[in-house]
Amino acid sequence: MEVSRQEVLHIARLARLGLTKTEVTKLSGELSIILKNFELLQQVETTNIPPTAQSIALQNVTRSDQASASLTPNEVLANAPRKEGGFFRVRAVLDNT
Amino acid sequence: MNFETVIGLEVHVQLLTKSKMFCSCSTEYSDAPPNTFVCPVCLALPGTLPVINQQAVEYTIMTALALHCHIPGYTKFDRKNYPYPDLMKGYQISQYDAPLGQRGWLDIEANDQRKRIGITRVHLEEDVAKLLHRTSVNGESYSLVDVNRSGVPLMEIVGEPDLRSPEEARQYLMKLRSIVRYLRVSMANMEEGSFRCDANISIRPENSTECLPRAEVKNMNSFRAVYRALEYEARRQRKVATEGKRLVQETRGWVEKTGKTVSMRSKEYAHDYRYLPEPDLPPLIISQERVNDIESRLPELPGTKRDRFIAEYRLSTYDASLLTSSREMADYFEACLKTEEIKQLPQGKRAKEIGNWLLGEASRIMNAKNVDISEFSRHVGPSQLGELIVCSHNTINTATAKAVLEEMFDTGKRANDIINQRGLSQISDAGAIDAEVTRVIASNHQAVADYKAGKAQSIKFLVGQVMKATRGRANPQVVTELLKQKLEGE
Repeated sequence: MEVSRQEVLHIARLARLGLTKTEVTKLSGELSIILKNFELLQQVETTNIPPTAQSIALQNVTRSDQASASLTPNEVLANAPRKEGGFFRVRAVLDNT
Repeated sequence: MNFETVIGLEVHVQLLTKSKMFCSCSTEYSDAPPNTFVCPVCLALPGTLPVINQQAVEYTIMTALALHCHIPGYTKFDRKNYPYPDLMKGYQISQYDAPLGQRGWLDIEANDQRKRIGITRVHLEEDVAKLLHRTSVNGESYSLVDVNRSGVPLMEIVGEPDLRSPEEARQYLMKLRSIVRYLRVSMANMEEGSFRCDANISIRPENSTECLPRAEVKNMNSFRAVYRALEYEARRQRKVATEGKRLVQETRGWVEKTGKTVSMRSKEYAHDYRYLPEPDLPPLIISQERVNDIESRLPELPGTKRDRFIAEYRLSTYDASLLTSSREMADYFEACLKTEEIKQLPQGKRAKEIGNWLLGEASRIMNAKNVDISEFSRHVGPSQLGELIVCSHNTINTATAKAVLEEMFDTGKRANDIINQRGLSQISDAGAIDAEVTRVIASNHQAVADYKAGKAQSIKFLVGQVMKATRGRANPQVVTELLKQKLEGE
């Protein structure tokens, strides 16, 4: 299956990536090859193999409900490019109200 | 053309755990300064690993069981990707195709009939950060992010589109809130955001099975808002369809001030979540023993309790519903019924009397003082209320008893002490009442003449005068009888 330029642009938008025209062409080709490889994998007979969502043989890893100390506000905001009054400051988010 | 309204609700419930869903930051953020309950995990710093909060899983299973859901043996978490700065990770950990609770139901009361509403699923996810939108002095708009709420356990309950009116939707929400409060898994307060509702609403031509394109309505912060938004939306969609225009599938926001819903430019919200199994969290395997154990520890739920109150205490459906609407109220009622004080009343009268006082005067005081039954109970406990109820049968009349209850609430004193200290007990001495009645007849010629001229209402005025003179301590029925005897006997 070919991944069209349009699909590449859609995926890039969802991932908030800006791509040049050359990059779109390049990725369209590379993603198509990746998909072809999965098509190849689909030929493997898997009727009797249960689907898996995990590659490690662990289950039920949980913690008991106990609160402990958090970071200090200074630590939290230490790497923030912009901050204001204890908040992270970010570019305007579409306000729908 | 006639249309039928079709509504399905999605409810998000913040769970009452001490710590967050995947890290041990405290959840008590409501009055905290911004970004004070935040750690590398909920901040999504590289290299951190989430770990599932066991209590949140238990609360979700409890709720799913209370909603008659199937609890699968295998469940897992998934990543839901969307780019919005309220998510630190760029995705929300949620559950996609293996939710903790599946295919349940909830009965509601609609038009005096029991109606069963399907529950599609109950799943567990994490709450997101809070955004504040600002404009700087030079007109630039920007947003501020407080991560405190991010990672708080959030349970989502998705209902089937079985609701047919805004009123049914309201009933469903109230019932759901009552259940999660009974289970004590959430504060479930809509105004404070611990119980949130989004609604899918569409209309379909009568005798058709195909709905017209639906709207998802958001931003409703109270039961009243949900009801009004759905009323508005059902009307709007009918108008559009009747005018022959096309409805579009879209997200609409409720605007409280204008009482309208507005389109939220759905293209910006293209739902392309690219769910994938969460690689950082191994699956949960839930044994039947664990499910049985949790089920055996569930409290009696509101519907069952109401039916038992009707059967056991011979209460009306209406009274029983109100008394069982909160677990604390129902507990108070039953505690009062067990007190030594109330046992001085004949058995057949006890439940009805306690119910009347709780739903009447006690509720009036709670509303006026803006307190709930738990707070009321700290002022007036079940045995104190029992004592007052017995007094209202023996030593004081109802009007006085109401005033005494108010004083009990304000001062924490017992009914008998207030009655003795203030000399409020009813005058049982017939001679004393007789003297007052004679005096009132002698000094109110006009009212007496009116009564004799056939104006029966005048007697109320005269009764009032006697009550005033005795500071409410006379039994109004006795006074009325005495007045009649004297006036008609003259």
